[in-house]
Amino acid sequence: MLFRPNPSLGVPIYLQLMEQVKHAVETGALRPGEQLPGIRPLAEELVINPNTVAKAYRELEHEGVIELRHGAGAFVSANARAKKVTDSLRAGQTIVASAVERLRARGLSEDEIRRLFEAELAGLRTPGGHRG
Amino acid sequence: MADRRTIETLDLRKSFGTTEALRGLNLDVPAGSIFGFLGRNGAGKTTTIKILLGMTRPTAGEARVFGLPANARDSSVEIRRRTGFVSEDKELYEYMTVDEIVRFTAAFYPKWQGELEQRYLRTFELPLATRIKALSRGARTKLALLLALCRGAELLVLDEPTSGLDPAMTEEVLQALVAHVARQETTIFFSSHQIAEVDQIADRIAIIDRGRAVVAGELEELRERYRRIQLVFDGGAPQPAFRAPGVERMRREGRVLTVLSSAGAERIVDEARALNPVSVDVVPVTLKEIFLETVSAED
Repeated sequence: MLFRPNPSLGVPIYLQLMEQVKHAVETGALRPGEQLPGIRPLAEELVINPNTVAKAYRELEHEGVIELRHGAGAFVSANARAKKVTDSLRAGQTIVASAVERLRARGLSEDEIRRLFEAELAGLRTPGGHRG
Repeated sequence: MADRRTIETLDLRKSFGTTEALRGLNLDVPAGSIFGFLGRNGAGKTTTIKILLGMTRPTAGEARVFGLPANARDSSVEIRRRTGFVSEDKELYEYMTVDEIVRFTAAFYPKWQGELEQRYLRTFELPLATRIKALSRGARTKLALLLALCRGAELLVLDEPTSGLDPAMTEEVLQALVAHVARQETTIFFSSHQIAEVDQIADRIAIIDRGRAVVAGELEELRERYRRIQLVFDGGAPQPAFRAPGVERMRREGRVLTVLSSAGAERIVDEARALNPVSVDVVPVTLKEIFLETVSAED
């Protein structure tokens, strides 16, 4: 089975399922135009609520990863791989946002945070800094 | 359709002598949902179910099923006609064989689903010629479930449907419930103290504690809203009074302050920053943790 959300993670199941579908598309396990399992069979197979699968599919359609064709089922969008870049950027933004938040919580100023990012990109190290 | 309620209770109360089993219970079960009614033993789950099915009367408050009052005699008959019920002890006629009770039950229901019956007899591997008194606990549960599923009920009320089942059988039962809801317009209301199974198949939950719903809502939304925020300080942790909404619990242990939030982390983290913590960590909270944090400990 391609998808295996874990209900007891505390992370919404529809989000886990969305990530797993996107991952399958990015790795090529699912190719553009290929059909995804139907909502009912997938809910039965994973033993999760059908409404949860439906929500994941709706959101994936909204993001352009899949297309829902009425009566025919869900298919990977023809341009799904093109979305990968925007998706990566969005994911990256989340990582940066949380990094900035944590640095702020440690009392670093905006200037200091900017310097750290630039130094990291330039391959420099801050004085006294080290990698774990 | 989407906002139709199958079950609704308003400030429901039930006392047995001086014992208050229900102390103002509010429930809201939309049609088509799998509703997990979670609580410790003795929290009031079975009492609630008995009221919904007209088997006992509330002391005060309102309970409606399909919009019909549960405590009026004629509407209660109507409610039971449209509801499949599996009680906690799965009472069945002990002297009948599996085949006999299936035929016997089918005769009562014009909407009996013969095809479904055949399918469940096969997948549940029920021995047709065996007498009910000789069935294992698991087989008995599956038979009771089959009888409730095949009658074409709009609502299934299941009191601890998987109690006493091993993990493999539990999975089979859960699978049957998910499949059932996926195939037809049914609402499932099931009580449980097994957090894992509620986590797995419910789309809505209520946690009942001492006769009151302490947490209720869409499960995915609860997963998104609940956060644990851990703040570490240089010295001893302060005991701040957060203005942000949703602070459910706060715990201080040495340099660490842990906050359980039911309204995301953002506003609490914003406020916490003013206290100059050396680190801030935000993690999701599992249903099990929500349960353990919200229900009261043993008296």
